[in-house]
Amino acid sequence: MTWQDEKGKAMKRLFSYAKPYRGYLFGALLSSMISVTLSLLIPVFIGKTIDNIVGPNEVDFDGVLRNIIYLAVFIGGSTVFQWITAYCTNKITFLTIKDLRSRVFDKLNYIPLEKIDNTSHGNIINTMVNDIDIISDGLLQGFTQLFSGIMTIIGTIGFMLSINLGIGLLVIMLTPLSLFVAAFIARRTYNKFTEQTMIKGEMGGLIEELLGNQELIKSFSYEDRSVERFKEINHRLHECGVKAQFYSSLTNPSTRFVNGVVYASVGILGAFSAIKGNISVGQLSSFLSYANQYTKPFNEISGVITELQSALASAKRVFTLIDIEAESSDQDLISELKCDGRVRLTDVAFSYQKEISLIEGLNLDVKPGSRIAIVGPTGSGKTTVINLLMRFYDVDKGNIEVSGVDINKMKRKTLRSMYGMVLQDTWLFEGTVWENIAYGSPNASKKDIIAAAKASYAHGFIKRLPNGYDTIITQDGGNLSQGQRQLLCIARVMLIKPPMLILDEATSNIDTRTEIHIQKAFAKLMEGRTSFIVAHRLSTIRESDLILVMNQGRVIEQGSHEELLESQGFYHKLYNSQFGTATVVK
Amino acid sequence: MLRLARYLKYFKKEVIIGPFFKLLEAVFELIVPLVMASIIDIGIKNRDYTYVLQRGGIILLLGFMGLVFAIICQYNAAKASQGFGTIVRNDLYSHINKLSHGELDLLGTNSLITVLTNDINQMQLAVAMLIRLVVRVPFLIIGAVVMSMILDLKLSIIFLIVAPLVSAVIFLIMKLSVPYYRVRQKMLDKVSRVTRENLSGARVVRAFSKQDHEINRFNEANDEVADVAINVGKISAFLNPATFAILNTAILAILWFGGYRVSDGSLTQGEVIAFVNYITQISLALVVFANLVVIFTKAAASAGRINKVFDTLPSITDKGGKNFDNTSEEPLISIDKVSFAYPRSDEYALEDINIDIHEGELIGIIGGTGSGKSTLINLLPRFYDVTKGEIRLKGIPLKDYSIDKLRGLFAIVAQKSVLFSGSISDNLRYMKEDATIDEIKWAIETAQAKEFVERLPEAYDAPINQGGRNLSGGQRQRINIARALVRKPKILILDDSFSALDYTTDANLRAALKENLKDTTVFIVSQRANTIKNADQIVVLDDGKMVGLGKHDQLYKNCQVYKEICDSQLS
Repeated sequence: MTWQDEKGKAMKRLFSYAKPYRGYLFGALLSSMISVTLSLLIPVFIGKTIDNIVGPNEVDFDGVLRNIIYLAVFIGGSTVFQWITAYCTNKITFLTIKDLRSRVFDKLNYIPLEKIDNTSHGNIINTMVNDIDIISDGLLQGFTQLFSGIMTIIGTIGFMLSINLGIGLLVIMLTPLSLFVAAFIARRTYNKFTEQTMIKGEMGGLIEELLGNQELIKSFSYEDRSVERFKEINHRLHECGVKAQFYSSLTNPSTRFVNGVVYASVGILGAFSAIKGNISVGQLSSFLSYANQYTKPFNEISGVITELQSALASAKRVFTLIDIEAESSDQDLISELKCDGRVRLTDVAFSYQKEISLIEGLNLDVKPGSRIAIVGPTGSGKTTVINLLMRFYDVDKGNIEVSGVDINKMKRKTLRSMYGMVLQDTWLFEGTVWENIAYGSPNASKKDIIAAAKASYAHGFIKRLPNGYDTIITQDGGNLSQGQRQLLCIARVMLIKPPMLILDEATSNIDTRTEIHIQKAFAKLMEGRTSFIVAHRLSTIRESDLILVMNQGRVIEQGSHEELLESQGFYHKLYNSQFGTATVVK
Repeated sequence: MLRLARYLKYFKKEVIIGPFFKLLEAVFELIVPLVMASIIDIGIKNRDYTYVLQRGGIILLLGFMGLVFAIICQYNAAKASQGFGTIVRNDLYSHINKLSHGELDLLGTNSLITVLTNDINQMQLAVAMLIRLVVRVPFLIIGAVVMSMILDLKLSIIFLIVAPLVSAVIFLIMKLSVPYYRVRQKMLDKVSRVTRENLSGARVVRAFSKQDHEINRFNEANDEVADVAINVGKISAFLNPATFAILNTAILAILWFGGYRVSDGSLTQGEVIAFVNYITQISLALVVFANLVVIFTKAAASAGRINKVFDTLPSITDKGGKNFDNTSEEPLISIDKVSFAYPRSDEYALEDINIDIHEGELIGIIGGTGSGKSTLINLLPRFYDVTKGEIRLKGIPLKDYSIDKLRGLFAIVAQKSVLFSGSISDNLRYMKEDATIDEIKWAIETAQAKEFVERLPEAYDAPINQGGRNLSGGQRQRINIARALVRKPKILILDDSFSALDYTTDANLRAALKENLKDTTVFIVSQRANTIKNADQIVVLDDGKMVGLGKHDQLYKNCQVYKEICDSQLS
């Protein structure tokens, strides 16, 4: 597919989003046609009026009045239709943009997690906000401008030809001049602008990295070198920026000059024709009016085309997001299932990258109500098991069953509602403490929420927050420590009392004294519930019914704490390096 | 905004030449309608072909001269505005680098990034417009009015009514719509916030099956943006039609009253056409004027934000010139009755801390979440200055050292591991610019990262993608530690930097540190009692106060908090 085809396709697709609002689109085009026609009639009638005003005692006041009434009607009509055009364009633009944003957001919630993990969030947000704004400015607004610009040019030429063929043809012959000038400048500018965008991107990256980590930079005493690096990029930006700005700012004077040439030519040829008596002075003035504004639509069109280009580039990025394949549909799958707490993994294989195998031949039979601890060195695949249990990722081979049913045969919602999950990376959103704790059960009473907060030892610090439970948690959670954030996430799960639990390093940021309390609360919560715990604290691990020891993606040992110690294997080594000396202390 | 104008002093020549030539161009533009009027009134009336050609030639010449002058102006504008932006950007960046942690916390790095990019660009645009249009536009408007007065004083009354009227309409529409733009920006920020939260919380959202809820939350924000945009659209849609209507009505008035003036002989036909021309010129100039107001309103807001950063002065000043004296008998670091409160906070984060630290010691700092461990560490390299008391290095107060020399003694590994774009070696060279490959290998090996680094396809030159997404948490943390080690620092601070490491690696790493950095004084901040158990001194913090200081056995017996921590971790 050629680049042109691709652009055409993007354009077509974009307009398919405007389809529900085609009434407005039609209205915009129609009213712009009317207003352009009416406004082009104005110079003609001004000319006619001027012919009524020849000189002393040669003024036809009846004629002037008649023409002025016509003019008033044209002016009024054009004004009204100009407003309607602007109104309709606004409406389609913003409604289409709204739909497009909704569409992207919908998609984000149903694409495989893998895509979210592997795509820069900054880029997605940039597409959501800036790219879509660029589309709104460039494509939709631009479309009406383009249309009215072309209408104006055609109309102007038509009117000029109808008044006087010779002068009209002269103007048409001069037209390529303005096109040539515009194209010449556009080409020079384009290269410089591309270069400028690249340098700006480079600078943005550097600023983000160095300024975002100022504290680190200071601890390296890297300030001077960072300023040097900044100045170097800034210098390049300056070199390129002066040229880019200069070239692009030539457009205006150049087209003004072309306009001047057209104006002078029309003036001379028109005056000659007037002397010969081929046209009247009034008609000459109409010509001059047209000539005066002739290059304006060309200017606008070349501006619109530049914006269109960048809008299409943005549209492509938006469509790339929308085109990500969604998770397989689970519409007709089982939605009602009583959870009995039994989980079985049979011959499960999984890897993030095709070339590098991770989990292979994983078998596991978890009895209802048992507590499974997953231990192993960093990168051994502990979190991956969690990803598979929750069906954040699909297994490559084998299957996972819950309550005797393959998890691929039930709705994701059904599966996930059986687990309560607390992760090491805490997630809170901007909202009150109430809302954050009640995220999983929005109908919970305040009493229940407080009880959950108390159970997770969060009540104490919440009370001390400036507005208690009504405190708004800010974006980056700056008003809470990592540990406090984790406590809120735990309260969230305490509130829903799920049939099964997944704790992935859920207490890693909490100091150990508080953790003991929380462990007690968890222990109470876990009673009779199947739970999977990724942890490195011994107390948690020891009390588990089954310990899975993982290394390099495989479960290399499994059994109870005592059994594993006796077998003198990997767990024994791990245990000794961790706690060996600790036992001596006591 | 005026304060930033001082930067224009570097571009005096451009700021004078630019507008001057623009003014000349505008003068020429104003003459053209008069020349055309003479072609009609004299050339056509007298059937004088040479006169027409002559005058036509003058119009062409005026146009060409205008082009040359405009190019001169544009060049000066580009040079001055880009140069202005470059200098302000350099100065601002250098200034930000001088600020200390306290000020950076208050300003927020995200807003600093916006100031450095968007706000300065906005100012740059304003400078360009200042040179290109600020002189030209009012001149064209006033000039057109004056010219019309010269042509016919009575008829020019129309201009005197129209120009203020159009200005008033533009002003009114802008006044009504500009606040909406600000609201829209705020709404749009909400859209991006909800998106960011949705992405970072993708797992939680899905675990709770809250997609529908999230979509509703988004749609609310999205609807608000659309509503505001449509409302403001309704208002600004009036701008063009309204000015169009007023100016064309003015033309009607000129034709009607002009008819009378021509009839009684005080005006010619050609001059009526010139009048119409001037009205058109005014209308074009007024549209540009409206844009200028928008640009300068935005620039004023940007200038405010830029000045706020310039006005923030570093609280930590670099006055001392003392060098580190190795021969002194004084303790390496004495923390003497130190209390500290964060800026804008009334509560002490640390209270009355007293510790003497000697060279080569291993210091463990332990305590619960929010007990002040990291705060204490941040005082040593003067990231913050103490509020009360004093910290001395070899008997000399920290303030008497030059900051560079002081910080050069330290290497710090923060809790959050951050890697920069570039290769693994590049990252280590952040700390020591001229590190040799042997030094890098040594640091990597000591940090227990050799095994995985050498397994990477390009080993030490392996690229770090997107802040290290291609590495696991534990791997990132070890590279961070290696980066600190490469300087072979006098004092090494490990601020909870082992959290992503499993216990085996943790233990091996501590053994390697002991073996390879014998002379280095090491601070380990940790929540794991096991990590700091063998320290020469253990500092136990609880809610900002030091509740214990000593060796493990001693503390285990005497310090209740320490005992509780240990008991919670050790079996």
